[in-house]
Formats: sequence, C-alpha cells, structure tokens
Amino acid sequence: MSIQGNYLGMSLSIDDLDKENLTYFAHCARHGFHLQKCDDCGLLRYPPTTGCPWCSSPRATWTGVEGKGEVHSYEEVHHAIQPAFKAHTPYMVLLVDLDTQKGQPSEFEALRVVGNLTTQDGVLAPPELVRQVGIGTRVRLVFSDVSEGLSLPQWAIDTTAKQPDKPWRYPQE
Amino acid sequence: MPLPADTDVSTPKFLRDKYAIVGIGETTYTRGSDKTTRALGTWALRNAAEDAGIKTSDIDGMLSYSNNDSTSATFMAGDIGARLNFYMDCVGGGSSTEALIGIAIGVMEAGLCNCVALFRAMNGFSQVRIGGTGARSATPVGGDMLHSRAYGWQSAGQMFSPTFMRHMYEYGTRPEQVAMVKVVHSEHASNNPKAYYKKRYTVDDVLESRIICKPLHLLDCCVETDNATAIIITRADRAKDMRHTPALIRGIAGRCSKPRMDMHYQAGPISRVGGYYAKDILWPNAGVGPEDIDATGAYDAFTFTSMLQLEDYGFCKKGESGDYVSSGITRLGGRRPNNTSGGHLCEGYTHGMNMVIENVRQLRHDVDDSCPVGADGKRQHTYDYREGGCRQVKDIEVTANLGWANPMTGSAMVMRRG
Repeated sequence: MSIQGNYLGMSLSIDDLDKENLTYFAHCARHGFHLQKCDDCGLLRYPPTTGCPWCSSPRATWTGVEGKGEVHSYEEVHHAIQPAFKAHTPYMVLLVDLDTQKGQPSEFEALRVVGNLTTQDGVLAPPELVRQVGIGTRVRLVFSDVSEGLSLPQWAIDTTAKQPDKPWRYPQE
Repeated sequence: MPLPADTDVSTPKFLRDKYAIVGIGETTYTRGSDKTTRALGTWALRNAAEDAGIKTSDIDGMLSYSNNDSTSATFMAGDIGARLNFYMDCVGGGSSTEALIGIAIGVMEAGLCNCVALFRAMNGFSQVRIGGTGARSATPVGGDMLHSRAYGWQSAGQMFSPTFMRHMYEYGTRPEQVAMVKVVHSEHASNNPKAYYKKRYTVDDVLESRIICKPLHLLDCCVETDNATAIIITRADRAKDMRHTPALIRGIAGRCSKPRMDMHYQAGPISRVGGYYAKDILWPNAGVGPEDIDATGAYDAFTFTSMLQLEDYGFCKKGESGDYVSSGITRLGGRRPNNTSGGHLCEGYTHGMNMVIENVRQLRHDVDDSCPVGADGKRQHTYDYREGGCRQVKDIEVTANLGWANPMTGSAMVMRRG
C-alpha cells in the first residue's frame, strides 16, 4: 500500500512498489527506528537499499536501532529553496553519527542519519535552539508526524546526555 | 614484473596526445537569453565549427548532457546540417564535460566516427534555475527523496554543505581563506570581456554578503546564467589542417566516484571528494603530475569546490587548500593560476564547459582579453594582469581540468599545447 502525506505544504509519497522505504517508514509511523541488517556481513545500513552496500548480499533483516548519536556535520539554511521551508529559516540539516556501529566498517564510517534539528516534539527548531547546536552536540531521534502512517525521523538535543562544553560552530556568526 | 604507474592506466599510453580539442564555441553569458536552448546550442556549435575552421557538416558525432533542462542532439544535428554516425544525450551536470570528452575519444577510437561535437545548452537563470529555486523546488517528494528533500536538503549548495562544514572543522579552514577563491577568480574575470561579472571583489565583500546556507555566503556561490557552449574533438593528425594550435588530450578520468553513491556521507572521511580516487587514474594516464601543471580549471560551483579538488588531486596537502588559494599561487602571475576566465563564480555557469574552453584558449596562447591584436591576427599579450588587462598565462604548456559533480563524483582532464 502506498503512503501519502502533506508536510509543511509539501507533498510526500512512497510508491506501493517501494518495499524498502515502505517498511522503513512503517516503523517510523510507530515511532520506531529500524534499519536493514545484512544477513551475511552483519552490518546495518542507512538509508534503505536493495542490496548491502558493504558486501552486496540481497538478504537483510529489519532491526531496531537506538536513535542516539552525535552531530558529525551540519548546515544552517538561511535562504530556503523549497516553498515549504521559507517560513522556517534558519533551519538546520544535521548529519548525525549513530552510536550504534560508529567506526565500522572503517574508522571513517558511521550510520550517518539525516534530519532537521527539531524541538523535543518534532517541530522545526526555532532560531535560539539552532544557535546552540554544532558538531559534537549529542542528539536523540524524535519524529515529526506527517499524516496517518507517515512520520519523519528528526533530531532533538539529548537533554539526558553529557553535552560538549562548546559544540563546534562555523567561525563567523 | 609490474612497471610503475604506467601499467595501471585505464587509457592506453598510445592514446596520449592522439586526440585534440580543435574547436570551441559559446554564446554570450547573459541572464535572459531570449532564446530557446535549441537556438543557443545551435549557435554554440556553429561558433565552435567556425573556430575550428571546419564545416558544421563535418561533424559526424554528437554528445550532450543535461538534467531535463535542454535540447538534444536530435535537434542540433538538423539545425547545423549534420548527418550523425553516433550521438548520445546523457543525464548529468558538473563533471560531464571531461567524462564526455573521454567518450568522444572512445567512439572515434572504435571507428564509429571522426569528428565529435559536445554541447551543453542551458537557460540556467531564465528557465530552469541552477540554484534550485523555481518550479523544480516545488515538485512532490517521493521514494528515496524522502531521505533528503523532505528535510529541505535539495539544492547543490544544501547537498554539499556538510562536506564543506566538516572540512572547516577538521582542518581549521577559515572563512577568509575560502573567500580568496572568489577574490582571485573575480580578478581574472575583470580581464575577461565575456565574463558576466567583471567586478573585482574583496574578502570583506564575500564575508559581508548574506548567508545562503551556512557555510556559504551569496558570493561563495556561482552565478546563474543563460548560455550554450560547445567543444569539437578530433584526431590530432586531422587537427593540423585546422585553424588553431590544437589542445592535445593527455589523459582523462571520468565520473570517478566515492563509495555509497546513494548517500555518499555513509562513507568517510566526508571531507574527502571524488578527486581522491580520480587522481590515481588521471596522473598515470596523463604521464604527468600536479607539479607539471601550469594552470588549473578546478570547478568552482562554490568557492569550496575548487579548494577541495585542488587538495585531493595533490596540488597541496590534504587540508591545506585554504593556504594554497590564499598564497597567490592560483592568481594570474602566480605559479599555477586557477580558472583564468573567472570560472563559474564570475564568467558564467556552464556545468564545466567554459573551464575547458578557457584552458584550450590558454594553450593556444591566444586568450580573448583586451590586449591589442597584431598584424598576424593574434593578440600581443602584455602579461600585465592589472584590472582590465591581460589574462594570458605566459609560456603555458600543460593544463588540468578538475570537474565536480558533487562531493562524491569528479572528472578530470590533462591537456597540453600541440
């Protein structure tokens, strides 16, 4: 069954042929974060793919993964391209290294999960929150509910974690 | 018993210098061409044929690339009165120029045709905007795009910025160093009558321009323009009969990529770009190294893209491109000028074509600056690089073009003066 929704005035859809994304987002709709774990090499992967990018095996099992990690890189969009985002600038796109599988298969890799910085409720973060976050900030996965059956994984500051004294931010503020 | 690098080349050594760029053409760099991409492409091809000194009907192979924003070889061929023995319209943007020149060599070497024209025609300002605003930005988001566009992560600047930001974090690259790329390229553009932006900019101009997508200011981003560009490639032995000194093609790397192209950030380090892999194809193929290069055309869709490629191709150490572009090396008059036309940041945006065209002109020792034209029809270059002056690199023999598609994919080409 295909999934459709409207998020910030933007039409989102997943075709009924797209089994990998349907499964991924079905878990998200229940506020669970699941990734494919390769049955052969045992590595998790993100985003969903048909074959294992590390060993090419077509066999994988959806596995629950803890949504905690650290900001690996970020950007702060001040000039939105998409009409949906124009009312929400500046917004932040985060690339987050999950704690799970960090440093595998080599020291340079991690499951780097994309998301916006949001409040604890999954609402795009206001400017005062955006200014607090940088490389090294500890974050946890939350969800933005789009419609029945569709939620987007997002990142909120992990208030239970020990945060760096000063996360790294672009030098010119 | 393996020999050194030469055994591990993807281009056989006998292909070095066997093919040449013999014709180059472009239309005026404008915002508001008032022409279809078909009309623009036709004029670029006519200009390139005239530049080569051939008839358009001598063209028997044609290549193009676009992102569903242009015309195709099927229209161009008729418009220039050519019957084609081979053509291919590819999907692609940056890094396609060098890759398709490689394909041109391949089809000629395979005996499919004799003279290949490559064109890119685009209304990058007045129709499908290259910066990503306009109709393309409001399209529905489906399937795999939910992992990017649903987060307001769509335009080139947005997609590349995590790479740029991480580079600053890992290597201490400073905004004022990055701004020097724009400063230097704007100096070059001020000596290029064709450039859309001829104004010279300062570091402060860049840093005071508004933030588009941190770490990118407006002036870190290329200019959106309308234009078509064309390049004609043929065998070097045929080039002797043509109008200009040929630019001989030494070696090519085409659309060489990092792992995980579905989302390259899954493979690290993320501050590394496709050139890290392409260099190992380019330099052995060309039989030269970075130290042999007199001028570079390092793709400047953004200030950062020139820098990251220069370091991953080995023009400086990894992480030291901020010093490299601030040192004067990349300036006209420096050891190895980069993008002497002003590039994408100033001359116009062509998805890489104008950087190859500029290096062809440089290798002819006949760039179209404001120097006086002598009795032989050639410019009398002064090598005085002050504003409005000369932009010919003195005694230039070898160039390198470093084409960028995105952080994961790059193409490259070494040419030498024939």
